Amino acid sequence: MSDKTIKFLITRQDTPETAPYEEEFELEYRANMNVISALMEIRRSPVNAKGEATTPVTWEMNCLEEVCGACSMVINGKPRQACTALIDKLEQPIRLAPMKTFPVVRDLAVDRSRMFDALKRVKAWIPIDGTYDLGPGPRMPETKRQWAYELSKCMTCGVCLEACPNVNSKSDFIGPAPLSQVRLFNAHPTGEMNKEERLNALMEDGGLASCGNSQNCVQSCPKGIPLTTSIAALNRATTFQAFKNFFGSDRV
Amino acid sequence: MAGSRSFNTRRLHSLLGVIPVGLFLLEHLVVNYFATKGAASFDNAADFMGNLPFRYILEAVVIFIPLYFHAIYGLYITFTAKNNTSRYGYFRNWMYLLQRVTGVITLIYVSWHVWETRIAAAFGAEVNYQMMADILSSPFMVAFYLIGVLSAVFHFSNGLWSFFVSWGLTVSPRSQRISTYVTMGVFVALAIVSVRTIFAFI
Repeated sequence: MSDKTIKFLITRQDTPETAPYEEEFELEYRANMNVISALMEIRRSPVNAKGEATTPVTWEMNCLEEVCGACSMVINGKPRQACTALIDKLEQPIRLAPMKTFPVVRDLAVDRSRMFDALKRVKAWIPIDGTYDLGPGPRMPETKRQWAYELSKCMTCGVCLEACPNVNSKSDFIGPAPLSQVRLFNAHPTGEMNKEERLNALMEDGGLASCGNSQNCVQSCPKGIPLTTSIAALNRATTFQAFKNFFGSDRV
Repeated sequence: MAGSRSFNTRRLHSLLGVIPVGLFLLEHLVVNYFATKGAASFDNAADFMGNLPFRYILEAVVIFIPLYFHAIYGLYITFTAKNNTSRYGYFRNWMYLLQRVTGVITLIYVSWHVWETRIAAAFGAEVNYQMMADILSSPFMVAFYLIGVLSAVFHFSNGLWSFFVSWGLTVSPRSQRISTYVTMGVFVALAIVSVRTIFAFI
């Protein structure tokens, strides 16, 4: 036991409609804590720094090893996952806030539905369903598999959308994450068979063209996904697709 | 039509910024540079440009229509952004902000510049070395011209960088980094040309 404490300044919000407010919490220091274990501590005895009883802080979590993306929040000004935010590496007071780019459900929990809708919009899957076995698909070169694997690490956490200056209430930009997924599925030898559909979906309103190249996404991505390389590669692909759509092509 | 309206408009915006507006900017800076060789030399060049055949068509197609389309759509793009350089102070994010700031300054500057020279010419004023020397006799206008021209030159140079990305010419991080160096080299070179030209009138 030590007398060291950890200070938290948490942006709270009781319902999606009510105004947010800040609440301070002070916890006893333990070694090797992360933001999640600290929040669990608060949940165990929801008392704020003034010693008043309060409601436990709401947040989302799931895998606890930075692969699900559910616990994303703004920690000391940067959007990241709470599970890999180690208390020993954070400046105090530790400020926690929800990713305001998304609708706040309660406290630190946000609704990331728009990202899952975006994946549907750009058809981020490989259609293989049919009435009979189609057999094995074409093989993928190992070098391609290696970079495609990096793209597949996307966990739809929302950090890139939070960091992007073009994802906001004034803009209908779909955001970096679903763009990169189009590159992933278009790189797949079977997925490639439907690449025009995905590229055309990206050329709809609020799609690829709304990117303003601030490149915050690639700097912020917790999985180090080369998002801006994906965006530029898709810019090239849609350039060709636009010409094909307009003039027609020998390869329809 | 290929893609949606916003896709095509945005790509057109990107294209027009370089061709023809960017090319016109280069031509304009080069011709104005004659001022460093003396008043007669500048008047000669201005006279040649002002008496080109199909002048009104050239002005409309190469300058005014693409320029104001680029400017007005650019304003719309600027106002759909929510700048966040205080939270994300990365180099490219600053360039993103500067691109928008210099774009707005350039629009204000160019509109004033057109009013003071081209519109004045339509009302009978003669565009020559003396006209510019008169305008730049006030220190305020010298500052205004320096800020305006440097904004335009920066907006063009950094715009070239994003043009290369938007059309998928520079895809890899390395190519984008080299493109940053090259376009900033273009900025420095054009800044020297334009500042020397401005001071040639003083």
